[in-house]
Amino acid sequence: MNPLGKKLSIILSLVVACCLPFLTNNYWLDVATLALFYIVLAQGLNVVVGFAGLLDLGYAAFFAVGAYTTGILMTVYQWSFWLTLPVSMAIAAVVGVIIGAPTLRLRSDYLAIVTLGFGEIIRILAINLDITGSASGIYGIPRPSIGSYMLAGQMDFYYLILIIAILAVLAVKRLGSSRIGRAWMYIREDEDAAEAMGINRIKMKLLAYSIGAVIGSLGGSVFAVKMSAIAPLSFSFTQSIMILLAVVLGGLGSIPGVVLGAVLVIALPELLRSVEDWRYLIFGVALVAMMLFRPQGLWPARYDTGKDSAHEADTLRTEGSDRDVQLDSEKCNA
Amino acid sequence: MDILVQTLADGLVIGAFYSLIALGYTMVFGIIKLLNFAHGDLYMLGAFVGYTLLSVVSGNGSGAGLMGIIVVLFLTMVIVGAIGMGIERVAYRPLLLAPRLSILITAIGVSLFLENGSMLFWGAQYQVYPLQLSHDGWEVFGAHITYTQIGLVIISALLMLGLHLFISRTLYGKAMRAIAHDQTACHLMGINVHKVIALTFFIGASLAAGAGTMAGAYYGTVNFMMGFIIGLKAFTAAVLGGIGSIPGAMLGGLLLGMMETAGTFLFGGSWKDVVAFSLLILILVLKPTGIMGEKVTERM
Repeated sequence: MNPLGKKLSIILSLVVACCLPFLTNNYWLDVATLALFYIVLAQGLNVVVGFAGLLDLGYAAFFAVGAYTTGILMTVYQWSFWLTLPVSMAIAAVVGVIIGAPTLRLRSDYLAIVTLGFGEIIRILAINLDITGSASGIYGIPRPSIGSYMLAGQMDFYYLILIIAILAVLAVKRLGSSRIGRAWMYIREDEDAAEAMGINRIKMKLLAYSIGAVIGSLGGSVFAVKMSAIAPLSFSFTQSIMILLAVVLGGLGSIPGVVLGAVLVIALPELLRSVEDWRYLIFGVALVAMMLFRPQGLWPARYDTGKDSAHEADTLRTEGSDRDVQLDSEKCNA
Repeated sequence: MDILVQTLADGLVIGAFYSLIALGYTMVFGIIKLLNFAHGDLYMLGAFVGYTLLSVVSGNGSGAGLMGIIVVLFLTMVIVGAIGMGIERVAYRPLLLAPRLSILITAIGVSLFLENGSMLFWGAQYQVYPLQLSHDGWEVFGAHITYTQIGLVIISALLMLGLHLFISRTLYGKAMRAIAHDQTACHLMGINVHKVIALTFFIGASLAAGAGTMAGAYYGTVNFMMGFIIGLKAFTAAVLGGIGSIPGAMLGGLLLGMMETAGTFLFGGSWKDVVAFSLLILILVLKPTGIMGEKVTERM
């Protein structure tokens, strides 16, 4: 797509997103709001999995950290919503570092399983602790207000999350093309080579992990005031998997792809209402099929590799850092 | 004293289940370095296949009898083993060349598929196992140890012994150890690598299925989500023992089972999963090679 077409399509989708509340009924507006939440979460996970190549299977935990921090601060301590945002983001970043620091030195599969275990720990904590309202969760979270205007209607929250989604997309996009983003992708492609080039492996991975956590908690905070009630059920392993599915479906590391993936993950079940029981089965098959036939996703990331466009396809195919097994098996097959 | 013995006995039974599942994790990991997320679901599948077969065998309410139970256990292990092999063929083998992330995501997809497929097939509610195990037993130091518990531990021990003999004494066992060591060299030596990998999946899946059937009979109910947490814990057991090491997986499972029962006693039932996962994170931080694992120099 040429730059002009690209700009036009972005403007067009923004206009559609802004006009949506006036075009649909409440039901579809709610679906669209949920899709926007998923765009925020999926972009956060995209930084971790797509850019840095770290498989995080407990991402819903950060979503929970944000939601519960905001929920507790607003109900127990009567804080204003806007003041809880920096606090919950800071807590998420710290939690990200606490979990990431010891495990990022290990093999990538270990990180996957540790994040999974961590996600479960957070969920079980939320069920068992008194401050998180145990299994019934926190309810009666007050509505946020700007000046004297209280955000209460469906449309208000739609626009709030739309702004946050746009900010998240912009931030992730800028990060991806920055020096840090290039370092992440280098680590993803070849860790040892990246380190040899002077990239601080641990620091960069930790940064990716924390930034992912911060974006996830931001989504969680807004989720808490939007729903005005939160329960541990919203932060299950399935939630983490759905976010991951959005990223994989759209294309690891691809900004427009992940937006598309998030919209699909929310919209498809709505369209497939008649086969509701089959939903997760279909998602499971979709994950396998994507990896087998189109590992780069529906809307693959395009890397700016200069004039050498043949090289581009090559980079996509060898995504990931595990070269040894690859070479081994190649030799075996020869 | 009675509490200590009771904890040990209960922990030993749960630990035996963990060990059997952990073996599958560790074997698959040892041979193709894949963390098979769907492995816990094979345990669930084993419980359900066993449930269906037992319902057929004891159809008219006459009970299955000891012989029937053993035949069902054997059949379940063969069926689920074949399913495990099929999964490897369809989902994992084409991706052996692909980056690690792809195959991990595939494994998650397989897990979702198995869980929800079972839910559609057997229903979402808890199913009651068509088998009443006796609660008779011995009183040892004031603790009640049932014959069932002893029987389950003996069956598990026999399975593990069989696996140990297979790995250490047979040609295929030797091939497995060799492939774990150096896949390329094995290929050059004329070993059919894919066949041995498929066999590994078969054995791993059937051991998990055996554990599933036994657990179904022991706890009395089965559910399509039962494999998820157990799979995670069996992985913890495998890491605790040292991933890739077969005796390590056995030891890790037993240790985890006992620690968890002790943790339940100390902190209460709702915290037992937290105990297990915290333990996992602690081991990975402090000693990622586990108790019996070899030092891995490669970094991926």
